[in-house]
Amino acid sequence: MIEPIPLLAARIVIVEDDTEIRRFVRMALESEGHLVFEATGWQRGLIDASTRKPDLLILDLGLPDGDGLALIRELRAFSSLPVIVLSARIDEADKVTALDAGADDYLTKPFGSAELLARVRAALRRRVPQAEPVRRFGDVEVQLVARSVTRGGERVPLTPVEFRLLAVLLQHEGKVLTHRQLLRDVWGPGHVEQTHYLRVYMGRLRTKLEADPAHPRHLLTETGVGYRFVSS
Amino acid sequence: MIDEPARPDPDALLALTRDEAARAGRGRLRIYFGANAGVGKTYAMLRGAQALVQQGVDVVVGLVETHGRSETQALLAGLELLPRRTVARSAGGAAIDEFDVDAALARKPAVMLVDELAHSNAPGSRHPKRWQDIDELRAAGIDVHTTVNVQHLESLNDVVGGITQVRVRETVPDHVFDEADEVVLVDLPPDDLLQRLKEGKVYQSEQAERAAQHFFRKGNLIALRELALRRTADRVDDEVRSYRRELGRDDQRPVWPTADAMLVAVGPQADNDKLVRSAARRAARSDAPWHAVFVETPASQRLPQAIRRAALQSLKLAESLGATTATLAAPQPAPALVAYAREHNLGTIVIGRREGRPAWQRLAFWGFGVAPRVARLAPDIDLAVVGVQSRRPSAPADTPDADEPSASRWRGYAWAAAGCALTTLVCMPLHGLFELANIVMLFLLTVMAVAWRHGRGPAVFAAAANVLAFDFFFVPPRYSFAVSDIQYLLTFAVMLGVGMAIGQLTASLRHQLDVSRLRENRARSLYEMARELGSALQSEQVAEIADRHLEAAFRGLAAVLLAEDGRHLGSPSHAGSQPAIDAALAQWCLDHAAPAGLGTGTLPASPALYVPLAAPMRVRGVLVLQPREPRTLAVPEQRRLIDTYAALIGIAVERVHFVSVAQESLLAMESERLRNALLAALSHDLRTPLTALLGGAETLADALDRSADPKASLARSIVAQARRTTQMVANLLEMARLQAGAVTLKLDWLSLEELVGSARRSIETALLGHPLVVNWPQDLPLFQGDAVLIERVLVNLLENAAKHTPAGTRISVSARVQTQAKPAFVIEVADDGPGLPPGRAQALFDSFERGDKESTTPGVGLGLAICRAIMQAHGGEISAASRMAPAHGAVFTLRLPYRDPPALEESEP
Repeated sequence: MIEPIPLLAARIVIVEDDTEIRRFVRMALESEGHLVFEATGWQRGLIDASTRKPDLLILDLGLPDGDGLALIRELRAFSSLPVIVLSARIDEADKVTALDAGADDYLTKPFGSAELLARVRAALRRRVPQAEPVRRFGDVEVQLVARSVTRGGERVPLTPVEFRLLAVLLQHEGKVLTHRQLLRDVWGPGHVEQTHYLRVYMGRLRTKLEADPAHPRHLLTETGVGYRFVSS
Repeated sequence: MIDEPARPDPDALLALTRDEAARAGRGRLRIYFGANAGVGKTYAMLRGAQALVQQGVDVVVGLVETHGRSETQALLAGLELLPRRTVARSAGGAAIDEFDVDAALARKPAVMLVDELAHSNAPGSRHPKRWQDIDELRAAGIDVHTTVNVQHLESLNDVVGGITQVRVRETVPDHVFDEADEVVLVDLPPDDLLQRLKEGKVYQSEQAERAAQHFFRKGNLIALRELALRRTADRVDDEVRSYRRELGRDDQRPVWPTADAMLVAVGPQADNDKLVRSAARRAARSDAPWHAVFVETPASQRLPQAIRRAALQSLKLAESLGATTATLAAPQPAPALVAYAREHNLGTIVIGRREGRPAWQRLAFWGFGVAPRVARLAPDIDLAVVGVQSRRPSAPADTPDADEPSASRWRGYAWAAAGCALTTLVCMPLHGLFELANIVMLFLLTVMAVAWRHGRGPAVFAAAANVLAFDFFFVPPRYSFAVSDIQYLLTFAVMLGVGMAIGQLTASLRHQLDVSRLRENRARSLYEMARELGSALQSEQVAEIADRHLEAAFRGLAAVLLAEDGRHLGSPSHAGSQPAIDAALAQWCLDHAAPAGLGTGTLPASPALYVPLAAPMRVRGVLVLQPREPRTLAVPEQRRLIDTYAALIGIAVERVHFVSVAQESLLAMESERLRNALLAALSHDLRTPLTALLGGAETLADALDRSADPKASLARSIVAQARRTTQMVANLLEMARLQAGAVTLKLDWLSLEELVGSARRSIETALLGHPLVVNWPQDLPLFQGDAVLIERVLVNLLENAAKHTPAGTRISVSARVQTQAKPAFVIEVADDGPGLPPGRAQALFDSFERGDKESTTPGVGLGLAICRAIMQAHGGEISAASRMAPAHGAVFTLRLPYRDPPALEESEP
C-alpha cells in the first residue's frame, strides 16, 4: 500500500457547527499530517483565519451565528486564502453565490473523506503560483506566452476567444469557475447572462482538446454551477 | 410658399376610429327612406332582399307590413318569414302581432328585414320602440333592413306637424337615422303618388279617401318630398365630409365647437317639446354639444305635479335627442342658467317665449322675464328666444297625487284662522287702553308669525282675515265692515303687503333649506355608504350595506344581485322585504351592461329599475331598485345619483373580490414557503448525520486499511450502505419537492454532450463495464432546460440501464431535433439488456414501482418517477419501450419542447 505523500503539512481552519462532522474532518486532515484549528461560528472562524496564518479554510455555509457567506466576504477584503465550502443545501444557487463571493471549491454534504482530501490537496497545490509559461495535460501542450496549442505534437488552431477561455481555466486550475466569472473574464461584463456562449465554446474546446468530448477528463462541467479545469 | 396639406385633427381621427370600433362586429343598418306612405319603401326593400337571396345570402323577413298591396305581397314569395309574437292587448283583449326579438336572435340570419322603424311596440314588450329591437339585433351582429318616413324623424316631427296639421306620435331619434350605415331614398313624384292612391294601390279605398283628405294633399306631398330629399342630401353631405376627413383633406373643420354649444332652458309652463326639438335641430346643424336644464324654483314647486312631470319628460326627450340634461335648484332661474352656461362653456342660451300672455301680464312683468334678466346678467352669452305656444301640457287628469301636501297646507290655513281669532280675543280687552295703531301691530305680528310658519298662501289668508277682523271689531264704526276713516285703507294695504312679502321670503328660504338639506342628505348618505363599504370584507356585507342605504335614500325596496362567476347572477343578498325581481331582465342588464326596467328603454313598464354595477374590470352585478314613487326616478339627478351608488357598490364588490384573490395567493405563497422551509430543514437534518456517518466510516476504513485490520471490510460496507442511504434520501426529498410543485425551473441553454459528460462522471463507478456510445449529429443544437434536473434524468436512466443489464452490454445515448408538427428535442437512452417486463412499460414511472418486485438489485423505485416529474415540469414527456431491432433491449425516450437557440455574435476573425 502506498502512503499518500503529504504535499506539505498545512495549517487548516475548519468552521463547522456539527461536532461529529468536525471530528471526522479533523481526523481525516490530521491523518494527512495537517495542523487543524476548529471554530464553531463564523465570527470565531474569521478571527482564526486572520490570526492562525492558515493555508486553507474549510467553511460550513449554515452556521448558528449566521451565513458562512458573510465570512467569505469579510475574508476576501484582506486575504486570498483558499476556501472550500461545505453545503448541505441542494440548491445550486447557494453554491454559485458562495463561489461568486470568493470561495474556491465546494463539497455537497454528505461527502466522504477521500473526496474531502482530494479537494484539500488540489486547493493546497494552488497555493504555489502556477507561473510556468508551458502547461501540459493529456497529450496537449499549451504555450501561454506564444499563445500556441499543440496536441500530440500537432498544432491545434484556436480562435482568440477559445484561447482566452482556455487560459482563464488553466490559470485557476482545480478551482470551480462560475458561469458568471468565466463570461466576465472572457467576454466582458456585458455578457454575464449569456451562458449559451459558454456552452458552445466549451463544446468547441472539448472537441479540439479532449480525447472523447462526451467524456471529458480535463475540461469538466460542474452542472448548474460552472466549469473546472484539472490537469490529471 | 408651398401649401402644406392640413394635418388631420387627432380628435376627429379618434372619433372616426371609435366609430369604426363601435361598428365592428355590429350588424349594418340599411334604411329605406321615403317622404310618406305609399312611395314604395317596403317594395324596394323586398326587391333588394330578393336580389340578396339570389346571391345566396341568408335573408329572413322579421316583419313586413304589406297593407294588402298585391305587388308587395308577390315579392314575399320565396322569402323565409319569421313567425310573429302575439301580444294580448290588456284593455280590449284584441290580440296584436308584434315582431319577435328573441326568435330573431335565435334564428340569427345574415340579414333581417324589419319594416317600419318608427313603430311603437305593444305594452309589455321588451323595448317600447321597434328601433330599440333593431338595435339589439345589430348588437348581435345581424344586418337589418328597415323603412321609415320623413315625418317619423324626431327632429322633423314639429315641422311636418306644422305643414300637414297631422301630428305623428311614433318617432325615431335622429341618431338612429344618422348612424345607419346606408340610407336608400325611395322617391316618387307627388302626381304619381296621387295616381297610385286613386288606383287604390296604397290603402284600401275607404281609408284612402279619408287619408287623402287629411294628408295626401298635393301641397303636403311636395313639402314632405322636399324635406326627405333635403334630409338625405344632408346625410350624403356628412358622408362626403367624413370621407374627406378620412383622407385628411378637410379644410372646413369647425374651429372650436363649444362656441356653438347651447343651453336650453326648459320652463315650467311652455310647450317645451317644441323648444327642445328646435334646439336639437340647431345643434345638429352646427354639430355642437348642447345641454337642457330645468330650474326648480320655489315658484315651480307650487305648480301642479303634472306640469313638473311634463318638464321632466321634455328633459328626457332632450336626452334622447343627444343633450346633456340636469335639473338645477335655485331661487331664480336666470342666474342659475347663466352660471350653468359659464360652467359648461356654453355660448348660447335658448329660452322659450310664450305667446298669448294677457296684456297686463306682459306689462307687469316687463323686464322681469327670464330672457331679459339673462341678457342683463350675461351680455357676452348669445340669447335665442324661440316662440312657443302657451299650450299647457294636457292630461293633468290622471294625477291623483298632484296635491300631495294639501293636508299640511290646509293646516296652515287653519292656523291662520286660529291666529286671527286669538289675536282678536286678546285685543278685545285692550281696546280703549291702546291706540288702534298699536293694536294693528299685534295683528301684523300674527300675520308675520303665520307667514313664517306656513308660507305665502296662509300668510295672505291671515293678512286678509286679520284685515277683516280688525275692520269689523276695532275700526269705527265697530261691528261693521264699513270704514269711516279713509286712512285705515293704508293700514289694510300694509298688512297685506307685509304678509305677502314675509310669506314669499319664508317660502323661498324654506325651499332653499329643503334643497340644501336634500343635497346634504344625499351627500351624507353617499359618504356613509362609501365609508361602510370601505370596511366591508365580504361581498355579502357589501350587498347588505348597499341594500340598507339605497332603501333609505330612495324610499323603496332594493336588492343587490352579484355575478359571482362573472356570467350568472346569484340570488338576492338578504332576507326580508325584496323588490319583485325579474331574473331575465336582471340577466339582460348584466349581459348588456346597460340599465333596464323602470324609466329606461328596456321594459320600461317593469316596476323596478335594474342598474349594472360597473367596476373598472367588469360588471360585478346588478342593482335592483323599486322606489315607492316611480316618478322619483324621472329626475335626471336621481338617476345620476343611482349611477353613483351603483359605481360605488361595483367598486366595493371588485375591491372585495381582489382582496380575496390577494388573500388566496398570499395563502398559497405562505404554504409554499412553509413547504420549502420544511424540505430544506429536513434535507439539512438528514444530511448532517449522514455526512458524519459516511465521513467517519471512511476515515475509519482508511485507518483500518493502513493497519491491515480485517475489520476494514466491515467499515467499507458501512461506507457503501451510508452512500445508498444518502442516495435514497436524496431521491425521496427530490420527489417530495417535485410533487409539491415547489420546483421552479432554472431554464438555461444546455449542451447534451456536456450533460452526458457530467452525468457519466458522477456515476463513474456504476457505469464501469458498460461501454457508453453516443450518437448524435455534429451540429446538434443547444436545447432549453434546467441543467441540474436534466442531468438528474440522465443519471437516473444511465444508472438504471447499468443496473438492469448484464455487465459488458452497451448503453447508447442518441438525440435529434424533431421538426415536424410540434418541434421537440428527442433524447433516447437505450441498452442491450433483457428489455422491459412486458405490459408494464407505463407503470414503471409510478413511485415505488420496480420492474421486478423481488429483485435483489438495490433501489426503492423512485428514479423513473423523478424522471417523469422532471420531464412534466419541463412540459415534456418520457416513455419507455422494449425494442427488438437493431438489438434487444429497453429504450427510454425523452421529448422536450424545442425552440431555436439564440444566435451567437461571431465577431471573431
